Amino acid sequence: MRNAFADEITKLADSDPRLILLSGDIGNHLFDNLKDKHPARFFNCGVAEANMMGVAAGMALSGLRPVVYTIAPFTTMRCLEQIRVDVAYHNAPVVIVGTGSGLSYASLGPTHHSLEDFSIFRAIPKLQVITPYDAPSLRSVLRDALAGERPTYIRIGKKGEPEIVPECDSVGIGKAKVVRNGTDACILAVGTIAYEALKAADILIQNYDISAQVILINTVKPLDRDLLSELATKFRKIVTVEEHSKAGGFGEYVSAHIAQSRLPLEITCLGCHDDFMHSVGSQAFARTYFKIDADSIVEAIAMNTSSNASSAA
Amino acid sequence: MPDAPILSANTELSGIASEMRYRIVKTSHESGTPHLGSCLSCVDLLVYFYWRVLQINPKHPRATGRDRFILSKGHAAPALFQILAERGFFPRSRLEDYGQDGSIFGEHPPSPSALPGIEAATGSLGHGLPMALGMALASRVTDSPYSVYAILSDGECNEGSVWEAAMMAAAQKISNLTIAVDYNKWQATGRSDKILGLAPLAEKWRAFGWCVSEINGNDFDEISEAITSNARDPRPKAIIAHTVKGRGVSFMEDDNNWHYRIPNADEVISAAKELGVEAA
Repeated sequence: MRNAFADEITKLADSDPRLILLSGDIGNHLFDNLKDKHPARFFNCGVAEANMMGVAAGMALSGLRPVVYTIAPFTTMRCLEQIRVDVAYHNAPVVIVGTGSGLSYASLGPTHHSLEDFSIFRAIPKLQVITPYDAPSLRSVLRDALAGERPTYIRIGKKGEPEIVPECDSVGIGKAKVVRNGTDACILAVGTIAYEALKAADILIQNYDISAQVILINTVKPLDRDLLSELATKFRKIVTVEEHSKAGGFGEYVSAHIAQSRLPLEITCLGCHDDFMHSVGSQAFARTYFKIDADSIVEAIAMNTSSNASSAA
Repeated sequence: MPDAPILSANTELSGIASEMRYRIVKTSHESGTPHLGSCLSCVDLLVYFYWRVLQINPKHPRATGRDRFILSKGHAAPALFQILAERGFFPRSRLEDYGQDGSIFGEHPPSPSALPGIEAATGSLGHGLPMALGMALASRVTDSPYSVYAILSDGECNEGSVWEAAMMAAAQKISNLTIAVDYNKWQATGRSDKILGLAPLAEKWRAFGWCVSEINGNDFDEISEAITSNARDPRPKAIIAHTVKGRGVSFMEDDNNWHYRIPNADEVISAAKELGVEAA
């Protein structure tokens, strides 16, 4: 996803002279193309994220369209107050990009995990919270964010994420994407965990004769309330899965809406439990540790879902 | 196009500063707004910037080529509001609801969209300089030759983000950014040189690659000299402005109780006498 980001941001910079990229001293050679073509519009701000965010806000208030890029925990929590005050309170159109989000950097330990960003940013007014699931969806939401005027956080993966929805079918900010039709279960997969949800759907139909609908979510805030109302007419239960803490995450956001709107939906929320992961490992290992991998999704659904076939029997 | 600054003589500026000081004291009394000492120490710097330096047109407060001023020590907003009104960004009558429920005039500058003349909603310390730097860099990118100015407090230099911005400004060789540090030697609860190791402050800014001048920040001739003599220096510029907290009212000067104390009616009258201003 980060290569797609570098490519797309360069294309966007070609067509919009207001676009500025600020990086927190990461992405060695990643932005060489942009730097070659538009040297005056790339700023390596060093390992000084609080300043970087304030600088971006100052630029946005002066008519530019700054995009801030560094590793997710450092472009979110390290400079949180600058995001709240300089960006959101001023309604400054800064696009904040957190790379290597969720458990992408599982091998680097909890300092580099970002499992709290949704919950923190949900509470900040004006800020939209975006979570693309593959390279084409990243390109779409980035274009949308820069076409709009809102402060925006975009949480992306690292590299090698499988392409799920081809570029021609990719959807923009706020649009859910049904990638698998099903009738027995419904999975709402948030951002980069999409691939695990699709794998789970495959296993469910093959091994359990359970047909699961899979809906990819690229926008945590604002919440797609219409989608939930529609799902309530088709399903009795939904499962949310996210590479994020269960505390204050997408699942809890949906749960609160279901309760407050009295929607007839049972919900199971899969996400990271309330602990730091002390051991290191691959992203796949970390997803298994937090029970958000395909097998864990299958387990959560199979144990309380009956397939059409079995319910008919 | 923004207007040229008003070229008032320094003696005229002294009269304006006294009038501003009186209005600030009176408004503090009427509205219960604190930080009087912090406001009074930087009045001369504010008056100098708004009357002699800034290329601004209060009738066109969002003009793209205007100079930008950020009050990074946002708790001196009561001083800034009086000065913006006097310069014509909004009528003085707007200040009549100061501090009341629903007013936008309180302890800190509101969001720029809420009041003409405000460039940044400061109040949380350490935010103004990075934003000012972003605005100064935007001038370069957009090829719009304006300058950016900010006033920081000495206590504010506790914040790490100030020094992050100082390093980036030097690395970017930014020449259209000038700050004044209102070095009144106090922060909220004690001496600013003792709470953290602030001194030697001028040497710190120099070491960070800035063009530094060290002056009496309550003296218009010295402020004028600091601004004009370094105008062509290619580095970012820092004026270490030695000031007196509570300046202009003898019983407030260098007494940190006036960080939070609100003057009573008799104290307002005494202040007017000392400032040579007719109490209104």
